[in-house]
Amino acid sequence: MAKQRILELPVWEAADKIRGQEITSEEYVAATLKRIREVEPDVHAYITLIEEPALTQAQAIDKKIRRGGDLGRLAGLPVAIKDNICVRGFTTTCASKMLENFVTPYDATVVERILGEDGVIIGKTNLDEFAMGTSTEYSYFGPTKNPWDTSKVPGGSSGGSAAAVSALEAAFALGSDTGGSVRSPASFCCIVGLKPTYGAVSRYGLVSYANSLEQIGPFARDVRSCALLTSVIAGYDARDSTSSDKFPADLVLKRSLPKLTIGVPREFFEEGVQEGVSKTVRDAISRLEKAGVKLSFEEISLPMLKYALPAYYIIAMSEASSNLARYDGIRYGYRVPDRTLDWGTVFSKDRGVGFGAEVRRRIMLGTYALSAGYFDQYYLKAQKIRTLLRREFDGAFKRFDLLLAPSMPILPFGLGEKMEDPLQLYMCDIETVPANLTGIPSLSVPCGVSEGLPVGMQLMAPPFREDLLFQAGRLVEDLLPVDRSAGEFTHA
Amino acid sequence: MHEQDTEGVKIGLEVHCQLTSLATKLFCSSPSDYRGKPPNTNICPVCIGTPGSLPVLNRKAVTHAAMIALALNFKIPERMLFFRKNYFYPDMAKNFQITQYDRAGGVPFATDGHITLDSGKRIRIGRMQLEEDPAKLSYDGTIESSTQTFVDYNRAGITLVEIVTDPDFESPREAREFLNKLSSILEHLSVSDLNLEGSVRCDANISMAGGRRVEVKNISSFKEVERALNFEITRQRSLTSKGIKVMQETRHWDEIRRITISLRLKEEEQDYRYFPEADLVPVTLTKQFVQDVKKGMPEMPEERAKRFQKDYHLSGETAQILVREKALADFFEEAAKHSKDARQLGSWLAVDLQAYLNEYGKSLEELKLTPKHFAEMANMVSSGEVSRGAAKTAFVEMLKTGRMPRSISEEKGLKVISDTGFVESLIDKIFSENPQAVQDALKDPKAVNFLLGQIMRATKGRVDPAVANRLVRERLAAAKGSK
Amino acid sequence: MTKKQRQEQFISEKEVEHLAELAKLELSKKEFTKLRGELNEILGYFRLIDEVDTENVSPTYHVQDIVNVLRDDTPTPQQPDMLLEDAPQKKDRFIKAPKMI
Ligand SMILES: [Mg+2]
Ligand SMILES: [Zn+2]
Repeated sequence: MAKQRILELPVWEAADKIRGQEITSEEYVAATLKRIREVEPDVHAYITLIEEPALTQAQAIDKKIRRGGDLGRLAGLPVAIKDNICVRGFTTTCASKMLENFVTPYDATVVERILGEDGVIIGKTNLDEFAMGTSTEYSYFGPTKNPWDTSKVPGGSSGGSAAAVSALEAAFALGSDTGGSVRSPASFCCIVGLKPTYGAVSRYGLVSYANSLEQIGPFARDVRSCALLTSVIAGYDARDSTSSDKFPADLVLKRSLPKLTIGVPREFFEEGVQEGVSKTVRDAISRLEKAGVKLSFEEISLPMLKYALPAYYIIAMSEASSNLARYDGIRYGYRVPDRTLDWGTVFSKDRGVGFGAEVRRRIMLGTYALSAGYFDQYYLKAQKIRTLLRREFDGAFKRFDLLLAPSMPILPFGLGEKMEDPLQLYMCDIETVPANLTGIPSLSVPCGVSEGLPVGMQLMAPPFREDLLFQAGRLVEDLLPVDRSAGEFTHA
Repeated sequence: MHEQDTEGVKIGLEVHCQLTSLATKLFCSSPSDYRGKPPNTNICPVCIGTPGSLPVLNRKAVTHAAMIALALNFKIPERMLFFRKNYFYPDMAKNFQITQYDRAGGVPFATDGHITLDSGKRIRIGRMQLEEDPAKLSYDGTIESSTQTFVDYNRAGITLVEIVTDPDFESPREAREFLNKLSSILEHLSVSDLNLEGSVRCDANISMAGGRRVEVKNISSFKEVERALNFEITRQRSLTSKGIKVMQETRHWDEIRRITISLRLKEEEQDYRYFPEADLVPVTLTKQFVQDVKKGMPEMPEERAKRFQKDYHLSGETAQILVREKALADFFEEAAKHSKDARQLGSWLAVDLQAYLNEYGKSLEELKLTPKHFAEMANMVSSGEVSRGAAKTAFVEMLKTGRMPRSISEEKGLKVISDTGFVESLIDKIFSENPQAVQDALKDPKAVNFLLGQIMRATKGRVDPAVANRLVRERLAAAKGSK
Repeated sequence: MTKKQRQEQFISEKEVEHLAELAKLELSKKEFTKLRGELNEILGYFRLIDEVDTENVSPTYHVQDIVNVLRDDTPTPQQPDMLLEDAPQKKDRFIKAPKMI
C-alpha cells in the first residue's frame, strides 16, 4: 500500500490492519511524520513534535504484535495532544510565552490511558493561548491555518489538534472544550469532535482555564474512530474529584437506531447565525427526515439560550482569573530579571509580559466579576442563569432523545478578520456554550458544505448518553457524506 | 505578670492549628511530616500548584475536623463546600488558598460552637473551617534587608483548622484559659501535637472602650498570646491616657523583644474574591456519620475531670489542673495505679510540681521522671513515713536529680522521728535553753507553739508532730503541777 | 445592543488600575486605554443578563450531583526533583522568590 494512502484509511480500519500485520505501526507513524514535514509549513498544527520517541514506541509495538502480546485498543496509532495537556518530559506551553519552557513533570490521566492502550504520542498541538479563543490565532507561536482552506482560521481553541487530524498529520487528537473549543475547530476543519459529559473524562493533567466547564475531548475523521478514542480516555479517575463512574465501560456502537426524537431549538438558528450555515443544517435535517430513518424532528424553543453566552463568559473568565493566578514566575514560567524589585512588582511584570492580550483581557474581566460589589451582579447571577438553563435542557430531554443545532454560527472566516474585535469573536461560541454550562455531551459532525466551506452539525444528549450521539452521528455521516477531498490539505 | 485593669476590653481570637496526626496533606498524598526535611522534598504537583494538577480531599482530615467540631459544641452542617480565597503572595503555590467561607452560598465546616470557662462564662466560637497551610518563607538576614526570598513548599498544603471566636474575652487571662482548654481538647482528641514548632498560630483582635480594633498577628504559640495581649492593653491604655486615639491597625507580635510592632494602618479591606472551588465536590456529613464519629471519640477533658473527682476523690480544682494537659492527666492516672492515696498524689502533681515547673520554666517531660517516682512520694507521706513538710526536701531533690524519693529520704534522714526517748531528751535541752519561753507557755497555751517550733527546727521537721505535741504538753503539765 | 449601551462607562480608569493591581498585571499606558474601552464594551454585553429574573434561583456551582470524593490518608512516594527543574531561580533546594520589601 502506498505510504500516503494508508493515512486515508478510516483509522479504526488502519488499527485492524496494524493488528493483523498487514501494515506496521512504524510504517504508519513514519508516513504520518512524512506528511507532517510536507504540510506543516502551510498548516502549522504543531508546537512540538515527538518524532524519535514516537518511532521507537511504534517499533516496540510492532515487536509486541509479532510476539503475539496483549495489544491495546489504539495499537500503533499516532495521537496528537493539545498543548495544554501534560505529557511527561515535554513542554506544555499552552501556546503562551509564560510557559514556553515549562517541561511537564507528569503525564495527564488521558495520556496514561492512551499509552496504556498502545497509542503513540506524536506531538503537541497549537491552540489559542491557555485555550482562550475561537480561532487559534491567539497563540504565542503564531496561528494555525485551516487545512480545508489555508486562508481561513481552523476554529479554536483546539485548532492545532483539529487541523492535524484533518490534514492527516495524526490518526486522532485530543483537544479541550471549555465553551466549544473542540466542536468549533471540528466543524471548521470538517472532522468529528466530541465534548464529553462533564466528569466523563479525567481533567487531571489538563491545564485549567475554566474548570467547572471544560472537558478533554477527542477528534477523529469519522465517528467510529472518535468513539474508539472516547472509550479509551473516558472513565473514573481517583485523581480528579469531579470524575464520574457513570460513563459506560462498554461503549457499544449499534448501527441500527431505535426511534429517536430530536428537538431543534429555534434560538440556535436565530440571531447571529449566517444564512449559509442555517440553510445547510436545515437541509441536512430534511435529508435525514426524507431518508426514512427513525428520526423525528420537532422545532422547540429554549428562551434561556439567549443568556447562555454572557453567563458562560462571566463564569469562564472568573474561573480563569483564579486558575491563572499561579503563573507568577516562581515555580515555573516566565520570570523577568528582578534583582532590585519587590515581589509585587515582579509578579505584575512577569504576568504583564508573559500573558498575551486576550488572556490579560479575560483575567481583568474575571477579576472584576468576582470582586467585592460586583460578585452578585455578575458571577452569582451567571451561575443562577446556569440553573435556569439546566432546567430548560432537563425539560427538553424529557421530550427528546437528542437536541440539534449548528456547531458554529458562521462559516470558517479569514485569518485576522476578527482578531481585533474580541466581542465579535466571543459571539462565535453562541451555539456551543450551552453544553458546557449544562455539562451535557455534544458531538460535532460534518453535515454539508456552504460556499465551498464545511459546516458542522451539533448533536446534544443527556449526561452520559454519548452512545446516542455516536449512533446518530454515524447516521449523519452515512446519509450526508461530505467529500473531504475538496479541502486543500484534507487528503493525501 | 501583674494583673491588668481590663475594664472595657474586648478580645477575639483566630486560631490556626495543624492536624499533625494526619499522614498526608489536605489535598494530596505528599507526606505531612515535613519538619526537619530538606527544603522542597515533601512536594508533589498538587501542593506545588503544577499546572494541570487537581486536589482530592483527605478523608481523615474530615473525620478529625468533625471530632474537633463535636468537642467544641459546634453545629455541623449537612453539606459543605470549599471556596477559593484569592490573593497573591510568594508563599502561595496557586496564589489562592483552598478554604471555606460563610457567604455567597458557602458553608464552613462548623458553626456556633463554644467553650465554657471555669467561671461558667461561655466563649462563643463563630465558625471553624478546613484549609491548606501556605509554604514557608525564609530570608538572607531579616525580611526587611533581604534581597531575595527562599521558598520551601514542604509545608504547603498541610491541613489546618481555623477556629474563630466571637469577641467575648474580657481579659487576657480569659483568653489564656480558653486556649488551655482548647489545647487540652485537641490533645485528648490526638489530632494535633501543639508542641511541634509551627503547629499553632494565633491572631488576636483587641479593642478597648473608646478605641478602635487592633489586630495582632503571628503569635506563634498559645503561651505567647496572654503576653502579647497584656502588652497591647498597656500600650493602648498609655496612648489613651496621653489623649492619643487608638487607631485601627494590624500589628505584629515580636516574640524576642516582647512587643507589638505596627505592620499597617487601616487599609482598604482586602478583596479576596471568594468563590466556590469547582475542582472539589461538596462534602455531606450525614447524621449517621456524625453519630459514628461521636461514638469513636475519646474522653474529653471536662468528662475526665469529673471522673477524676468521682474515682480519685480529687477536689474540682485539682482535677481541672490535671486535665489541662493530657500528658499530665495521663501521668496522674498511671501514677495512681501505684499509689494508695490518689488525693495526696493529686496535690503533689497539681500544686507542688506545677509551682516548680513554673519557677524553672520546665516541662514534665524534661524532668525524665516516671509515674512511680510520684506514687512513691505520695505513699511515703500518706503512710506517715515522712512528714508533708520534710517530704518537700525529698521532692525538690527528686525533681532535680531524678532519684527515687525513698532513697533520698533515707540518705537525708528525713524519716519521721517518733522515738519518745529521743524526743524527751530533746525537750530537756530546749526547755533548759529557753526558760522564758517555758514560763510564757505555762501562762499562755498559745505560746507552746514557739517551743514546738524549736523542736521542729532542731530536727528539720522530722519529729512526728503528734508525738512532740503530746510530750511537750505532758512536760508543761508536770511543771505546772510541781509549782 | 444600542449605541448608548455600548458607550456606557461601566468601569472607570481608577477601577481598571485597581483590577490590574488585584490581578497583578502590569499594563502599558497605551494598552491601558485600549483595554478600558474593550472592557466597557464587553461588560455592556454581559449586562444582558440583567433581564433575567433570578429571584429565588439557587446557583449551579457543580453540574453533577457527586459528593464526598475522599482519599485515604496514605502517603505516596514523591519525585520532588523533577518539580524543581522548572523553577527559574533556585538556591540549593530552595526556590527563589523576589525580595519582599
Ligand atoms: Mg485562615
Ligand atoms: Zn503534594
